[in-house]
Amino acid sequence: MKERRKIRVLIAKPGLDGHDRGAKVVARALRDAGMEVIYSGLRQTPEMIVETAIQEDVDVIGLSILSGAHLPLFSRLGELTREQGLDRVLIVAGGIIPDEDMPAVREMGIRAVFGPGSSTTDIVDFVLSNAPQDKG
Amino acid sequence: MSLRGLEEEKRRWEGTTLKESTSRFPERKGEFRTASAIPVERVYCPSDLPSLDYERDLGFPGESPFTRGIQPTMYRGRFWTMRQYAGFASAEESNRRYRYLLQQGQSGLSVAFDLPTQIGYDSDHPLATGEVGKVGVAIDSLEDIEVLFADIPLDAVSTSMTINSTASTLLAMYVAAARKRSIPLHRLSGTVQNDILKEYVARGTYIFPPEPSMRLVTDLMAYCAEHLPNWNTISISGYHIREAGSTAVQEVAFTFANAIAYVEAALEAGLKIDDFAPRLSFFFNAHNDFFEEIAKFRAARRLWGKIMRERFGARDARSCMLRFHTQTAGCSLTAQQPENNIVRTALQALAAVMGGTQSLHTNSMDEALALPSEKAARVALRTQQIIAHESGVANTIDPLGGAYFVESLTDEIEARAREYLDEVEKRGGTLRALEAGFFHREIQESAYRYQKEVESRERVIVGVNSFQTEQMEPIETLRVDPSIGQAQAAKLAALRQRRNAGRVKEALERLRDVATGSENTMPAIIECVESLCTLGEICDVLRSVFGEYKEVMIV
Repeated sequence: MKERRKIRVLIAKPGLDGHDRGAKVVARALRDAGMEVIYSGLRQTPEMIVETAIQEDVDVIGLSILSGAHLPLFSRLGELTREQGLDRVLIVAGGIIPDEDMPAVREMGIRAVFGPGSSTTDIVDFVLSNAPQDKG
Repeated sequence: MSLRGLEEEKRRWEGTTLKESTSRFPERKGEFRTASAIPVERVYCPSDLPSLDYERDLGFPGESPFTRGIQPTMYRGRFWTMRQYAGFASAEESNRRYRYLLQQGQSGLSVAFDLPTQIGYDSDHPLATGEVGKVGVAIDSLEDIEVLFADIPLDAVSTSMTINSTASTLLAMYVAAARKRSIPLHRLSGTVQNDILKEYVARGTYIFPPEPSMRLVTDLMAYCAEHLPNWNTISISGYHIREAGSTAVQEVAFTFANAIAYVEAALEAGLKIDDFAPRLSFFFNAHNDFFEEIAKFRAARRLWGKIMRERFGARDARSCMLRFHTQTAGCSLTAQQPENNIVRTALQALAAVMGGTQSLHTNSMDEALALPSEKAARVALRTQQIIAHESGVANTIDPLGGAYFVESLTDEIEARAREYLDEVEKRGGTLRALEAGFFHREIQESAYRYQKEVESRERVIVGVNSFQTEQMEPIETLRVDPSIGQAQAAKLAALRQRRNAGRVKEALERLRDVATGSENTMPAIIECVESLCTLGEICDVLRSVFGEYKEVMIV
């Protein structure tokens, strides 16, 4: 019987923001839930994130940002993922993203945003039910 | 009654009155612990402090071991400095906010810089995209600093700047601005955070590797020892370590591990302990667990005094005084029911005051959502004013001194922090432990445990995992105008046109020579700033000489 490969997740910190507590806690929770997690480290440009996503052949990208620079960075990231044909990749975000930005953020291809107070159980459940299936 | 008699009496009580009660009404939990997992007993008595020696362990305010406070009169003389961290968008807008806060009775300034400024990029650098003016004010050159402090008397207010890897450049700008206004440098008072080690561990705005970074730190200390006698050359910060998820004990221990590394570096650079130690200052977090936080501040004061005397042979009493700023815990704020944050902040601020802080920032209720609005910032400042003027807690010194529980917790935190410091020594000292990821791992473990406790509801967060409400009422938040990036870029372009290019080139070349050699970098940086070199240009020179730090990655 062919075993389904583990879900591969890239947790990335776009921009110059140094707040990595949430990113690391989420990375660990996803790993504890049986996923393969790659953590990008700080100060990633959208280009770097997309390149890592391709190299690591990930199913999911989790973006964490608390600095307020999310709109231009997410927008560029959305462009790049489309250009690179990463449409199957599930992209989610966490951090401080005001409600009024949500429509724009969704438009950029971010499927869900987990703000302050989110539980890692909810994040794990969302990823499990929305990560793309095996390519074939 | 003797201590032994008391213990017998306590056992009697446990066997009778208490047992009768608990057999009918069991306690809420089998085991009580502080937020840092220190066991908490049912009740504390003198027998819990069998070896307490008043003179040795507590003493009098303003005297060793400083457990009760570093000044003889504490808040009876003068309240703590109410210092609200602020800054956003352009220098013009931040200047307006500062003048507003001063008008409202704030007693010192605290400048928040945006991330490009903190990481040494000009506002028009590609990596600055979207970040300009967001988490603080954007500063590219001396001209921005002049606008930032326009109409603010630099010789009358003290200014704290949360700036680390680019601290030398920002201090140089402050010095240059004061010189242009003919304010003598010895009249300047304030603080630069300048604490690079915790950037590697917890805050993330590093640029250079540890070794050259430590040189920049000690260069700044040496420069100030000579020219800015009233300047705090470093603010060694546990705040961000705590925000990253550490416990209270780790906060104290890792802060002091870093402090020890700075003291050693300064001694190695040839400075004398009592020449620079009185200008070391600290920065702690005030978190939720009320008594633990108060005990933490008291324990930290006593432990630091001992480290300075015993380990470094400090003679000057001022070298042994732990002077610290406190900020309430940003990570404790909730996006849900944000008004509740006013109450959290008030309790945390009260703990900081009962713990004897020298200055205090109270967070605004909306900070889990956005930068503080003016109204939220005002309520936060009013919270401090209410504690100071209405509650009466500032009328006597260390009001909880002698409380059996608080003294016991103080001892416990000091002992546990010491254990950690011994562990760091065993690992070859702070820098080795840092490179090996020891601090990162310890902090992340605590952060993960905290999150698990919240999710299992072992730890109740009102409004988040208990007492939730369905509908969230929106509150008004501040939004930074995104055009600030273009405005700063335009200012930069104009500056580069206008300034004397020859002078700029010469100053930057001189800086390169100094950085490559071993001379103090501060005068060369001041020369750059006065020649209107930009922050990014100055940092690019230093990057090319010092290289850049590669993150220790531990998940």
